[in-house]
Amino acid sequence: MSQTSADLSLPQRPALGETKRRGAWWLPTLLTFLGLGAFIVYGTWAAFQGANYFTHDGGADYLSPFYSPVIFDAPGIHSGHSWFGDAPAWWPAFLPSFSPAFLILWAPGGFRFTCYYYRGAYYKAFWGDPPACAVGEPGFRGTKYRGERKFPLIMQNIHRYFLYVAIAFLFILAYDAWRAMWFSQAADGTPVVDGKVFGVGIGTIVLTLNPILLGGYTLGCHSLRHLVGGGLNRFTGRPVRKKAHDCVSCLNRGHMRWAWASLFWVGFADVYVRLCASGVIHDIRLF
Amino acid sequence: MPEGTKVTFRVSRGDAQSSEFKDYTTEVTAGMVVLDAIHQIQAESAPDLACRWNCKAGKCGSCSAEINGMPKLMCMTRMDTIDTTQPVTVEPMRTFPRIRDLVTNVSWNYEVKKKIKPFKPRKPDAEDGSWRMHQEDVERSQEFRKCIECFLCQDVCHVLRDHHKHAEFAGPRFLIHTAQLEMHPLDTEDRLEQLKDEQNIGYCNITKCCTKVCPEHITITDNAIIPLKERIVDEFYDPLTKLFRIFKPKKKG
Repeated sequence: MSQTSADLSLPQRPALGETKRRGAWWLPTLLTFLGLGAFIVYGTWAAFQGANYFTHDGGADYLSPFYSPVIFDAPGIHSGHSWFGDAPAWWPAFLPSFSPAFLILWAPGGFRFTCYYYRGAYYKAFWGDPPACAVGEPGFRGTKYRGERKFPLIMQNIHRYFLYVAIAFLFILAYDAWRAMWFSQAADGTPVVDGKVFGVGIGTIVLTLNPILLGGYTLGCHSLRHLVGGGLNRFTGRPVRKKAHDCVSCLNRGHMRWAWASLFWVGFADVYVRLCASGVIHDIRLF
Repeated sequence: MPEGTKVTFRVSRGDAQSSEFKDYTTEVTAGMVVLDAIHQIQAESAPDLACRWNCKAGKCGSCSAEINGMPKLMCMTRMDTIDTTQPVTVEPMRTFPRIRDLVTNVSWNYEVKKKIKPFKPRKPDAEDGSWRMHQEDVERSQEFRKCIECFLCQDVCHVLRDHHKHAEFAGPRFLIHTAQLEMHPLDTEDRLEQLKDEQNIGYCNITKCCTKVCPEHITITDNAIIPLKERIVDEFYDPLTKLFRIFKPKKKG
């Protein structure tokens, strides 16, 4: 690579948006921008609420995935899901009022932010790098382009550490789904005297689909694919790692679809729990 | 497409110094590809139109061009797959210097390839100098061997196309070549430092455009570049892997 670009007398760099492409080449970029933008705006709003993150509507025990796990409850709230009780007294007064989501959203947020699929998608959608394939970029970067070689984007290499946390979250959200299957009221509305009764409401389905979709996304992660076997040059004599690599590769082929489906569903699960908790709608008990 | 449809082709003509689009109208029929139309234009109205081609079967990688703005092989782009109601633009690849009309100088790629550490197999497994391999071990490398070196992936890669990082970045073609060697079960060479510091894999920001244009449908980004990026993380950025390797050193080959 000793030849410089000047030696090569290359054609002029394309100007911003310059392309001969036809059709709606801008549509996937726009949809990514709108989809991720809407999720970020809603997620931030929901995280700052610090309320309506669980519901016992109709005897259910639903917890929003945006707040799970609840390490400390929000001030004055007792969700029954908190690991360490009430809101922390040490929370600095100059910060916004404590919300349980503040302590945990960094994990799924960081996992998605550093995800190989999302990286390519938001580089295009949010800073036009490039706006779409074979479409000219904003000209100010020019040869100053750094890619992921240097700070800050070199930090994307932390992805596998977020993966470890995301796998732990799968178990936590699966436990939330399990809790969503046990009700303190029978399907006809009569209270259960001792313990809880198994049942399924719309919320149960919503909260059960959530870890399933997140599992499809998390377990198809490129870093996981590497860790279970992609780093090997020989699979012979390692049948378990070969099988694990094949399974992760299978999910990885649909990584983009899993990413969007799980993103939408985790947001929808929060909306559903929030609407039930605030009394706007009531959960429908199926049995 | 009805028989005998007249289609206008807007072909980029010129050399490294200057160029312009010229319109040529020719009759296209069912089953024709863009390369057929270009040959017809040469025969009918522009005998001096330069275009490189060879196999006309999508295997030699010679007729790479940009058709309606997208990098494609002219011989594999059927006329019935493109909109002919407007002039069809045909340009040379814009990541490489133009020699003339649709022909570009792709020799930079061969210079890059020469610098990649070559295949270095372990000692033969048998006395006759042969090796034993299992299909499950070589199939990842085999995907990358499908590459026909058409350089469409290099053409669409924005690191080269927009940022002109030819002096520092190897481009997707040579990242899959490196992956092919690195993942080979017999290979004993270590190319990770070269990959990080000379080929500068970190410039790739995973836009997957290379995968999108590959006429051999090689999953360049997911199967080659990202796995190599993960190997770089193992080698240079992950403290836990480094710690783990104190107890279990990495073996190659």
